[in-house]
Amino acid sequence: MPAKAAGAAPPQYVITAENLTKTYGDVTAVDGISFSVPAGESFGLLGPNGAGKSTTMKMIGGVAQRTSGSLTIMGLDPEQHGPEVRAHLGVVPQQDNLDEELKVRDNLLVYGRYFGLPMSYLRPKADELLEFAQLTDKAKSKVDALSGGMKRRLTIARSLINEPRILLLDEPTTGLDPQARHILWDRLFRLKEQGVTLILTTHYMDEAEQLCDRLIVVDKGRIMAEGSPASLIREYSTREVLELRFGSERNASIAAELEGIGERLETLPDRVLIYTNDGEGALEEVSGRGLRPLASLVRRSSLEDVFLRLTGRSLVD
Amino acid sequence: MTEPSFAEDITGSPTAAPPLRAHSPEVSAAKARRWGAFYYAEQVLRVMKGYGWSIFLYSVGQPAAYLFAMGVGLATLVDTNTTVFGGVSYIAFIAPALLISAAVMTAATEFTFPVMDGFRWRRVYYAPHASPLTPEQIAGGQIIAVTFRFLLQSVIYFVIVAMFGASPSGWGWGSVVVATLAGLSFGLPLMAYAASIKEDKGQFAMVMRFIVMPLFLFSGTFFPLDTLPVVVRWIGWISPIWHGTELGRVMTYGYEESPVLTIVHVVFLLGLAWLGWVLTKRQFVKRMGQ
Repeated sequence: MPAKAAGAAPPQYVITAENLTKTYGDVTAVDGISFSVPAGESFGLLGPNGAGKSTTMKMIGGVAQRTSGSLTIMGLDPEQHGPEVRAHLGVVPQQDNLDEELKVRDNLLVYGRYFGLPMSYLRPKADELLEFAQLTDKAKSKVDALSGGMKRRLTIARSLINEPRILLLDEPTTGLDPQARHILWDRLFRLKEQGVTLILTTHYMDEAEQLCDRLIVVDKGRIMAEGSPASLIREYSTREVLELRFGSERNASIAAELEGIGERLETLPDRVLIYTNDGEGALEEVSGRGLRPLASLVRRSSLEDVFLRLTGRSLVD
Repeated sequence: MTEPSFAEDITGSPTAAPPLRAHSPEVSAAKARRWGAFYYAEQVLRVMKGYGWSIFLYSVGQPAAYLFAMGVGLATLVDTNTTVFGGVSYIAFIAPALLISAAVMTAATEFTFPVMDGFRWRRVYYAPHASPLTPEQIAGGQIIAVTFRFLLQSVIYFVIVAMFGASPSGWGWGSVVVATLAGLSFGLPLMAYAASIKEDKGQFAMVMRFIVMPLFLFSGTFFPLDTLPVVVRWIGWISPIWHGTELGRVMTYGYEESPVLTIVHVVFLLGLAWLGWVLTKRQFVKRMGQ
């Protein structure tokens, strides 16, 4: 096992993982993954539920011990320097764990105290963050009174109380309605503009595309691919995708008649996907063969297509 | 007028990269390493403040009701035979027992449900766990806060006991310390047990019914332990309530017992509390490190 670092020199990367592995009994949740994240980057872990994303985040956050491999955050090993590593981080867990018995503003104050921050700093900072999270008018409300989106924003505000330069976000918008997601994305994008390093897990491809400079596609604890959203799409998919629906009974049988159209064909239970650089042209070719789909759609390729190509499965199974 | 930039929005300063105003992560970590348990205690006390009135009413109402019912009502029936009770009034005999029992009962509440809440129900321990605090400090912080509650509650209880004239000795205030120690002695092993529970199947109700209540009744609370048949006297010997009560009696009315026995009480209470703390720490570290 590589030596655990406790370096003092400013690190080139804020996070470096090599052959990071975590097993629970016979189950390997994270299977030897390696990646590095430079300061200021927005780095994503994209994968379905159970891919090992949250476990990786827990190891980065210094709250779960790795089974093997090496991991440094700001040059420090989280297992040896847990408090020092966690003092650098802001953490937004998958499940909100706000203190529901305290008022909204008090949640921020109490959390700031865990970092030894004085009240003279925390009071104005809490007000500032409530403003940032658009929760100023809820400052004196109990947490129970907040909607799901508001609780999520409060959790993000709480994670910023120590002005972290690295923010860990585990499925930040899961369970939120589209409007709440967009508000959150806007807030996160602002932090990114400010130079905060964002480490994000998600199983939403649009979220990954919106927020990540670079990402790793993870499945069954392993990295399937790495790159920017655009480069991954270029590498593993075509420019456009033609989606055809012939009815769930007929999709598979008609697929054979579509052979030769576009570069690649994927048959899913509910639709057939034709990967091509010219979606409209492919649709004309389908019509030219006398096939009449119940519905058709030409769209740009997305990370969903990348994932499908890499694993043969959809992201949200 | 132009829209304020984000930097102005969040920092109040128009610079693109605002200077950090929080102290450095290194300072945060150093402070947390030193004071972390107290930071978490602060959080628990803030939550307790939310139900402060309940705590206050419980702290005043319970001794007042018990002392009146037992010490004034029941005492009219038993007071004729005071030699059994060490030559003091019945109310003076039971007052320290009630004081210690109240702390133990508070321990049975504060070291069970909130622990389950922390790990399982609302997972409140996992928020500080993501901060520089360690699992040991989270456990320690909760213990510090509950110890504060024991002290506060026992002081109120003792003042009421004194108002009933049930603490003739000048050392009576020492029973406050004894009650706090008894609360920890019973509470910390229970906290370790609570921290080991993954699923609530009514275990805490069982603890109240089958551990706390028998200990309350058979720990020399309402009658001296040696009036019980030998076969059930062991309940008292292993009970923090009995050890605490006997010590409390030494404090409040100068109950005469062998100095060796007094040392045994202290060692028993301290030993159980220490064992509970060691087991609690181990459980917290194990559960939060997975």
